[in-house]
Amino acid sequence: MNKRYCFHAMFNKIILSAIVCFLGLSWVLFLSIPVYARDYDYINISNPFLNKTPIAVTEFKAFNGHATEVAAGKKAIDFLRQALDFTGYLKTMNPVAFLSNPAESGIQLGQINFRDWTGIGAELLVTGGIEEVNGKVKLKLRLFDTFNTKLLVGKVYTGPRSQIRKMIHLFCSEISYKLTGKWGVFNSKIAFVSTVKGKKEIFICDFDGKNIKQITFHKSICLSPAWSFDSKWLAYVSYARGNPQIFIKNLKEKRGSIVNYKGMNISPDWMPGQLKLVAALSFSGDQEIYLLTLKGEIIKRVTKNWGIDVSPKFSPDGKKIVFTSKRAGTPQIYIKDIESARVKRITFKGSNNTSPAWSPDGKKIAYVGIEKNNINIFVMNIDSGMPVQLTMNAGDNEDPAWSPDGSMMTFTSTREGGVPRIFVMNASGSDPRRLLRLKGKQTQPDWSMSKSTEN
Amino acid sequence: MKKRVWMNLVMAILVAGLFLTVSCAKKTIVSDATTIEDQEKIKAEANAKAEAEAERIAQQNLEDQMANENAFKETKAMAAKNRFENQDIHFEYDSSDLSSMAKMVLKEKAAWLKTNYVSVTIEGHCDDRGTTEYNLALGERRASTAKSYLINLGVAASRLDTISYGEEQPIDQSTTESAYRENRRAHFTIN
Repeated sequence: MNKRYCFHAMFNKIILSAIVCFLGLSWVLFLSIPVYARDYDYINISNPFLNKTPIAVTEFKAFNGHATEVAAGKKAIDFLRQALDFTGYLKTMNPVAFLSNPAESGIQLGQINFRDWTGIGAELLVTGGIEEVNGKVKLKLRLFDTFNTKLLVGKVYTGPRSQIRKMIHLFCSEISYKLTGKWGVFNSKIAFVSTVKGKKEIFICDFDGKNIKQITFHKSICLSPAWSFDSKWLAYVSYARGNPQIFIKNLKEKRGSIVNYKGMNISPDWMPGQLKLVAALSFSGDQEIYLLTLKGEIIKRVTKNWGIDVSPKFSPDGKKIVFTSKRAGTPQIYIKDIESARVKRITFKGSNNTSPAWSPDGKKIAYVGIEKNNINIFVMNIDSGMPVQLTMNAGDNEDPAWSPDGSMMTFTSTREGGVPRIFVMNASGSDPRRLLRLKGKQTQPDWSMSKSTEN
Repeated sequence: MKKRVWMNLVMAILVAGLFLTVSCAKKTIVSDATTIEDQEKIKAEANAKAEAEAERIAQQNLEDQMANENAFKETKAMAAKNRFENQDIHFEYDSSDLSSMAKMVLKEKAAWLKTNYVSVTIEGHCDDRGTTEYNLALGERRASTAKSYLINLGVAASRLDTISYGEEQPIDQSTTESAYRENRRAHFTIN
């Protein structure tokens, strides 16, 4: 125990000096590149060799101690553990190893013996308290840095018992923001395509695959769902009226419009920060990418090139698009500046690269590469141009979409029994797991943005 | 003596009356002859009827034959129509170029379209190697390449529509080369 503590004390020192170094470095960076100076405080989620940080979630203190309160507290802990484990950078510890119980000894800063937690390797600690009166719940939640004996986040949430999951996710967003500098995935949703009696319809669910809800009932072919930046609108393609058209739908207000030019209206993507879209339309007799209003009116033709131009995706600043084009004979990925119309090809390896997705930090492009019938997801750093393969030897893998914080990706894979299903993995390709269980085939996931902790 | 004369007279009258009755009997026989004449007429009529029936049957046979021929022609036309609708053209992987085989099939289709004034939708399809959206685009290129070729062969553009189903409607769901080949196609439906 003593030896172990020594090791951790040493480790603590190393971390401290690392943080000091980091702070010094970030000061230097701050002088030169202020924007990138402090992306994160604790965890750099764009580090591909990121180890998961052990986090201890303790039993919640039940202030009144009655049965419904205790039960609600247990439920809250389950939601919390599931949410933290969903991230690619945290790992909740087994409570069997815990040396003390803050639910009894106190959940506040002065009441916690941090050596009990550093001693078992917990770098982070979450304590909680719950008060339940007549279906109304008050959650008091705290996140501590055990090595620095510091309170990082302290929040109180009040609401009906049915909203515990939501309250926990709000707290997780705070944790994420504190640790990574980003609000994380906890407020986000995923839209996808699933077959119902053989017909493709659009569905949505929470970031963790829970609360699945069918959105369309066209009994036709629905494809390519895309979230608007504010997560209020969904655009998708449907064959309900004959030719493929883009349906633009406000999810809450039940209003919207249809982009129905002659020919094909496909592959919509929303501009970040504005209610405008890009899409591939073929009314001119050739597929080109257009910038559209919310009502489908053409603002600007973006590509001017004979042949296939499809799958546009905006850069995070909304100034560029990345798209698939066959202009050089094989499908490859290109970046185009909307204003200056400058085009740059970015993929040169392989003869079939399609379905690009721009990372939220703007630095990387994920895409699908096909080599010898193997369909896999790659990611490329735009500056270096070096592709890295993220999936391999596990079925066909398509439709990469980034999580709002860039720490993860969702995608379609046939790795389980040859049937396409929705998976998530860390942005480095590690830790792939199935997102949800639903009848039929699931494809084309799109991850919504989640900006803040607002409701 | 006078009484005997009267007797003779009465006898004479009686005999004459007998003769009269005999002549009357003769008259009935004559009327029998006319019945025979009627029978002949009936026979002739029956014969005529039979002849007419034979002629009618012959006519019917001829009509049947013609109907059969028409039906045959119709079947043939139907077969040509079915062939038009069911014979797809096929493409190489990630290509919308027309092979010589595809061009041959399109020539046959153009010829059929010249005698059958219908409008047509050309569906473009892909195998499932490739991403959903790219395959929608590729399927449209396949349909529009076929359309352009038919236009060049003299089919009015206004009669030709295109739609792409990408990889959404495969004929064969399996993941073999032959299934892929079958799925990479343009299909023709009469509107």
